[in-house]
Amino acid sequence: MEMERSERGAGDGWKSVLRRVLLAAMTVLAGGLISATLVRYAPGFGSDERQLDARLSSASLAAIRDANASERRILPYYAGYIARALHGDLGISRSLNRPIQQILAERLSITSLLAVKALLVAWLAALSLVFAAGVLRLPALSLSSSIGSGVLLCIPAGALALLSVLLNAPGYLALAVVLFPKLNRYLSNLTAATVSMPHVLAARAKGLSETQILVWHVIPVIKGEVLALAGVSVGLAISAAIPVEALCGIPGIGQLAWQSALARDLPLLINLSMLVIAGVTLANSGADLLSADRGQAA
Amino acid sequence: MKAIRLAATVLIVVIAMASVLGSLLPVFDYARQDRERINAGVSAAHWLGTDDLGRDRLSRLLHGTQVSLLLAPAAAALSMLLALVIGAASGLIGGFAERSSKLIIDLFLSIPWLFLLLIVRAMLPLNTSPALSAVVTFLMLGALGWAAPARILQARASRLRHAPFILLARAAGISRCRLVSHHVLPNLRPVLLAQFWISVPVFILAEANLSLLGLGVAEPLPSLGSLLRELESALSLGSDVCRFAALMVLILVVSSLQIAVPQQEAC
Repeated sequence: MEMERSERGAGDGWKSVLRRVLLAAMTVLAGGLISATLVRYAPGFGSDERQLDARLSSASLAAIRDANASERRILPYYAGYIARALHGDLGISRSLNRPIQQILAERLSITSLLAVKALLVAWLAALSLVFAAGVLRLPALSLSSSIGSGVLLCIPAGALALLSVLLNAPGYLALAVVLFPKLNRYLSNLTAATVSMPHVLAARAKGLSETQILVWHVIPVIKGEVLALAGVSVGLAISAAIPVEALCGIPGIGQLAWQSALARDLPLLINLSMLVIAGVTLANSGADLLSADRGQAA
Repeated sequence: MKAIRLAATVLIVVIAMASVLGSLLPVFDYARQDRERINAGVSAAHWLGTDDLGRDRLSRLLHGTQVSLLLAPAAAALSMLLALVIGAASGLIGGFAERSSKLIIDLFLSIPWLFLLLIVRAMLPLNTSPALSAVVTFLMLGALGWAAPARILQARASRLRHAPFILLARAAGISRCRLVSHHVLPNLRPVLLAQFWISVPVFILAEANLSLLGLGVAEPLPSLGSLLRELESALSLGSDVCRFAALMVLILVVSSLQIAVPQQEAC
């Protein structure tokens, strides 16, 4: 009976994973199409600066116009792109005149490293502050961290990136400062809500130390939500990486997104949007699965 | 807490009034250049000094605050309208409409917002006028920022659909229009208003990020975001405190707006 139930549970688990993978794939495909459509119908689409080059012959100008004309019919263009991508051909960047696969491979590692470092610093800072405030029960610490994160929330990521350049601080620190207030605020609210739950009050009344309460009664309760927040924070990091990389001069995916948007490079923009959406969706789905697993185990 | 909220509201009203009244005065011309005083410090003629082109910083700050404070609520209103049409309507209808709109909302929420803004804003023709660039930037913010409020409105509308008073009204034979105008909208209003006030600072910050990347409101028209680009020249020209004035005002405006919103009604 027990074995049958666990087999059924494993089957349901696989089904859930498969459903999420399918949903993630559909999200990525639809997201790529949305980006392409937005680009296609944005005012100014099709105006290519190369057409102003007086040195180009009429044949070259006609070739540029033909290349743009194929991008005008967005559905056939997108379908063609997907078919080529399935065979490993991501196309050629119009602005950089290089294979997109090569460009992404070079830049992806830089952004991944930047995001990982920033997420580590932001999570460490937020968790230590929240738990220190919880264990030490210092109202001054909670108040100062709340005011600090409130002020940081009011500064745009780009301004924080510029300030980091001004202070000669590394780029990942700027990204960490963008992420920290959001994590800190959510974790503080979550911990405050959990600390006032009846079982925590009962534990405190029984004379357990604050560290014991935190480890035995608070962390197990908030674990699922913290995992979900971990997934969301990856998305936040990817989004904030665009201004940080562009303004700090870090040659990653964020800077590439900015440059390709300025250069109106549609093939590169579609690839970038799909890559970014895939990253965000995978992080969210992974976090959802982990928190669901923990929920089932509990 | 009530006192702090009141203080924040008073502060935002004072800043808004100062920016509107100040920008109406002819002395505060944001585009006039004083070629004799480029990057000048604080003086009787220029209370916050001048920028790299000899333009009065205070005038630009007043006009920039006005642009951000007028256009961000307009963008938030557009966003709320879309959220109401897509989120609340599908929540009320239920069934396939609710499920499909939920999928669309989830899809928009999984696409980094700034990335989409960057793509669309960069596609504007290079000869777009400054005023049009400001309007289009905030229009885009409104048109792309509807997903998060839509999800909250959809959840609230879906709950309302099963509420006893709505069922009772339906059983009494009330028309659909009357049901929406007399029973649904008044119940959605607090959430809608809270989401509106939450969106305003979010849009001001998003515009600031776009402007810092050179894709926001075009020169010479100032906005709080475009004024932050002065921080870039602070790197090479030394950190004159007045270069940080726009950042200070931005922090004041955004924090006041965040404090003034009753957070418990937001979700």
